[in-house]
Amino acid sequence: MLEYQNLFTRVQVRTVPEPGLPIDESTGTRYGKPTFSYLMGKFGDAQIGPIYLGWAGVLSLLFGFIAFEIIGLNMWASVGWDPVEFIRQLPWLALEPPPPQDGLRIPPLNQGGWYLMAGFFLTMSILLWWVRVYRRARALQMGTHLPWAFASAIFLYLTFFFQPLLVGSWSEMVPFGIFPHLDWTSAFSIRYGNLYYNPFHALSIAFLYGSAVLFAMHGATILAVARMGGEREIEQITDRGTAAERSMLFWRWCMGFNATMESIHRWAWWFAVLTTFTGGIGILLTGTVVDNWYLWGVKHGLVAPYPAQNQLTPEQADLLRGRYQGTAPDTFPSYVVPQNATMPDTAEAPIVADSLAADSTMTDSTKVDSTKTGGAQ
Amino acid sequence: MAMLSFEKKYRVRGGTLIGGDLFDFWFGPFYVGFFGVTTIFFVTLGTLLCVWGAAMGPTWNLWQINIAPPDLKYGLGLAPLREGGLWQIITLCAIGAFGSWALRQAEIARKLGMGMHVPWAYGGAVLAYVTLVVIRPLLLGAWGHGFPYGIFSHLDWVSNVGYQYLHFHYNPAHMIAVTFFFTNCLALAMHGSLILSVTNPPKGTPVGTSEQENVFFRDLVGYSIGAIGIHRLGLFLAVGAAVWSAICIVISGPFWTKGWPEWWNWWLNLPIWK
Repeated sequence: MLEYQNLFTRVQVRTVPEPGLPIDESTGTRYGKPTFSYLMGKFGDAQIGPIYLGWAGVLSLLFGFIAFEIIGLNMWASVGWDPVEFIRQLPWLALEPPPPQDGLRIPPLNQGGWYLMAGFFLTMSILLWWVRVYRRARALQMGTHLPWAFASAIFLYLTFFFQPLLVGSWSEMVPFGIFPHLDWTSAFSIRYGNLYYNPFHALSIAFLYGSAVLFAMHGATILAVARMGGEREIEQITDRGTAAERSMLFWRWCMGFNATMESIHRWAWWFAVLTTFTGGIGILLTGTVVDNWYLWGVKHGLVAPYPAQNQLTPEQADLLRGRYQGTAPDTFPSYVVPQNATMPDTAEAPIVADSLAADSTMTDSTKVDSTKTGGAQ
Repeated sequence: MAMLSFEKKYRVRGGTLIGGDLFDFWFGPFYVGFFGVTTIFFVTLGTLLCVWGAAMGPTWNLWQINIAPPDLKYGLGLAPLREGGLWQIITLCAIGAFGSWALRQAEIARKLGMGMHVPWAYGGAVLAYVTLVVIRPLLLGAWGHGFPYGIFSHLDWVSNVGYQYLHFHYNPAHMIAVTFFFTNCLALAMHGSLILSVTNPPKGTPVGTSEQENVFFRDLVGYSIGAIGIHRLGLFLAVGAAVWSAICIVISGPFWTKGWPEWWNWWLNLPIWK
């Protein structure tokens, strides 16, 4: 029963490296002497390099490096420039966005100014990389499907800038840092009443999981017909061979429906693109159009009748509302002059010494000195 | 008959794992086979039980219908039908249907002279499901630890179980699983785009060749994994996502009962920091 399943390449052919199709090199050129890697060749192509470098790519790398340095140096500064503590605490370290009381104003450098600057350079870097992707596709006489798919991911990235802009506070933005950005994800979900009830979040996850299903189906199908040359997809699209026919019939016989060698890549493209696109819509609606997704779910009949503790009085429901009262709920979002946020000033709040030992240093939030909370209550 | 123009010559006998020629036929576009029959049996029974459960429940609202697992007090025993017994039978039906489906894929692959990649990959997804509703409940000692069958009720379950461990994003296996999912989505976008952009060039340009596939990514990032490699990578990423999802939930409870943020203390307490 055991037969070879073509999971690794058994025989590697070595010849002169491929130099690449001729391109117009007036604004950039290919660098690096191509080499071969035996281990890479076991799994995929063995050749490494050359790489094209033009102005967009070089600037993108430069801006990305600047953002990386701003973030890293701020993190290092936050542990008093101690190199050992920097490595030790690195997963917990963050470059945080400005505090809520600053709203949309430009804060001092050490209170979010560096954050905004890092965000600017990172955004520039990403946009320049998009230019690079677009220009490389055009230079090789190809369609621009990849830059537009990339644009969908950039759209999601930019919504993490525009959502804070719409709700009027930079403090909503995602901190730079490994654990801190995970903390942000949870905090964002809880603050807006559980993002699982956000239908666009649900769609985004469905497309994300669907992408995994599609790639498992597609990758497995092509490997299963690789014996017949199935991985040469361009040839199979333009001149259908038995590999394409068998892979189509496999799914037709299995689930009564099949894509073609070309259309499976359209399915792939749309699933991947819609993952980030629907995710971005979900972010933009949160805090702007809907301030509590759970209550939104209650209103629209999504929430199952659970035991009585979830039946809220109007007063309790009101307490659950988001903090941005400026936008009337359930209406089309309009621009509202940003108000000073009414959250407690976290910088002045009592510091819980160590979250890991929080049990012994519990703070009774009802006894926090009201003079230490900012804004009008 | 719903046959593609080239289909007839592929419709030959043989390749079955069980039942010989008995079920070796097609129904419309579907191949039947022994496991097609068992699939239909399990799917029909399971679906009807879901409908029955909904009929007994308080609502026909599609979003709110909920078939809950038994109360924890039933442990690993059988529960009365109305109190989770239905969930237990539906779970059996689901496992029967998923297993039949995988074996059916194996039969079709044999018939077409293809490799076994699809049924094995599908096995990864089935493993994740079985981990959630069988392995973890077994390890924790009660079927009540399975997730409920319902559109929003299963989301509530994910939310609640996540917060039982304070913050599930700190679960290292969850981190790996999410990384696999995101990378898979990225790789899928890049592969789909690449094939579409070579076969759909700008107006007036002839369709490209596979040479462009490699040169494009070599120009862009200095490396192209190649036509066969991207499908290996895609399969690896997708199956990795499913397997690590299974791992991240099976360790939560049976092997780690505290908050996941606390798990990372080992890093802070490494002797190398002294």
